[in-house]
Amino acid sequence: MDIMFIVGAVLFLILAPILGGLLTGCDRVLTARFQSRVGPPLLQPFYDVAKLWHKEKAFSNPVEIIFTTAYLVLIAFSGAMLATGGNLLFVFFSLALAHTFLILAAYSANAPYAHIGAERELLSVMILEPILILFAAGCFLVTGSFDTYHMLIQDVPGIIYLPGVFIVFIAVLTLKLRKSPFDISTSHHAHQELVKGVTSSLSGRSLAKVEIAHWYEMMIFLSMILLFFAGYPVLSAVAIILVFLLEIVIDNIFPRVTWKMTVKSLWIVTLVFGVGNIVVLGILGGIV
Amino acid sequence: MSSASKSPWLLHYNASSCNGCDIEILAALTPVYDVERFGIINTGNPAHADIFVVTGGVNEQNKAVLKNIYDQIPEPKVVVAVGICASSGGVFRECYNISGGVDTIIPVDVYVPGCSVRPEALIEGIVKALGVLEEKRAAMEAKK
Repeated sequence: MDIMFIVGAVLFLILAPILGGLLTGCDRVLTARFQSRVGPPLLQPFYDVAKLWHKEKAFSNPVEIIFTTAYLVLIAFSGAMLATGGNLLFVFFSLALAHTFLILAAYSANAPYAHIGAERELLSVMILEPILILFAAGCFLVTGSFDTYHMLIQDVPGIIYLPGVFIVFIAVLTLKLRKSPFDISTSHHAHQELVKGVTSSLSGRSLAKVEIAHWYEMMIFLSMILLFFAGYPVLSAVAIILVFLLEIVIDNIFPRVTWKMTVKSLWIVTLVFGVGNIVVLGILGGIV
Repeated sequence: MSSASKSPWLLHYNASSCNGCDIEILAALTPVYDVERFGIINTGNPAHADIFVVTGGVNEQNKAVLKNIYDQIPEPKVVVAVGICASSGGVFRECYNISGGVDTIIPVDVYVPGCSVRPEALIEGIVKALGVLEEKRAAMEAKK
């Protein structure tokens, strides 16, 4: 493996939580401005995590230490895989495994809110997995490989061939960033229906780990936008910023929906745009 | 100032309050007063909370609930008694079913009197609680 890849992985592991935390801070400030408030300081997410790290160690079930650590490690690992231009399917499967550990952490507590949160998290993983594989299939049709590396060295940016898949990706991002209306298992909004759902029984360091893992995941999915605009760094940066702003707007204007609506709406978008896009590509014989 | 007082997450419990103070608490948490400036979030979950805001004089029915919630909040934690009923029992102090203030059940750090409290007084009380939170955190660190 090229030395550049190792450098890329190390850089991702160090920079992703910093950028993820800063983006979360931007999100909170922007959301506050939307509501004509001043909002918290930009570094608020870091204060939150630092505080959680120094809280008393209190567990509803000590096994959650293993599960939350596995969640964080696997998400960071998936990110490193992506940064080294690794196999897209591998990244998606290891992300799914990471979420399984989060679900187990929620199930390990004997608490009804945590259990409902875990069930909904499980559901969101189940909705999402086929969509992500569809995305990987799109990349395969364009490059003839599941490696993100091949997607990045394309002459023509992926968005030209996969505009429908990109629209699906934005919808998926809403769920992955835990934004409304798809924040059914847990959300960053204060006081919600499930009292934080999947994380409701986690406290202190366990919660801090879940938060850092969320920053990693946010960066993983935002950096996947690069795959659509490979070869055009400025365009990629603009696309990432625009998509992120769009997510904040969506988050602020839509109330949460039920899990049934989540399944329906995400899959209607996927079937119309995603599958449509792949079928057209398939009929045209793919690019390779 | 450490991270403890920069990110205080609130938990509100109504221990037989008349709802007057509760409405004022909710008013203080609305965008108008913007308590998120201080990093304050209303959690509704004892496992995530740092500051426990209690209203009402605590009756026989919710004594155990109050104690249970208090025990579920990980250290360092601060209790703020909001309103005169929570502070001393208020006009209900002599009632047969009223304990007479939150501090008869759990230790209270900050008292915010008033019937009902003004959101400004409440926010000041919370900001005062941050100082106590800071002290408790320092004591915890020293113990280690």
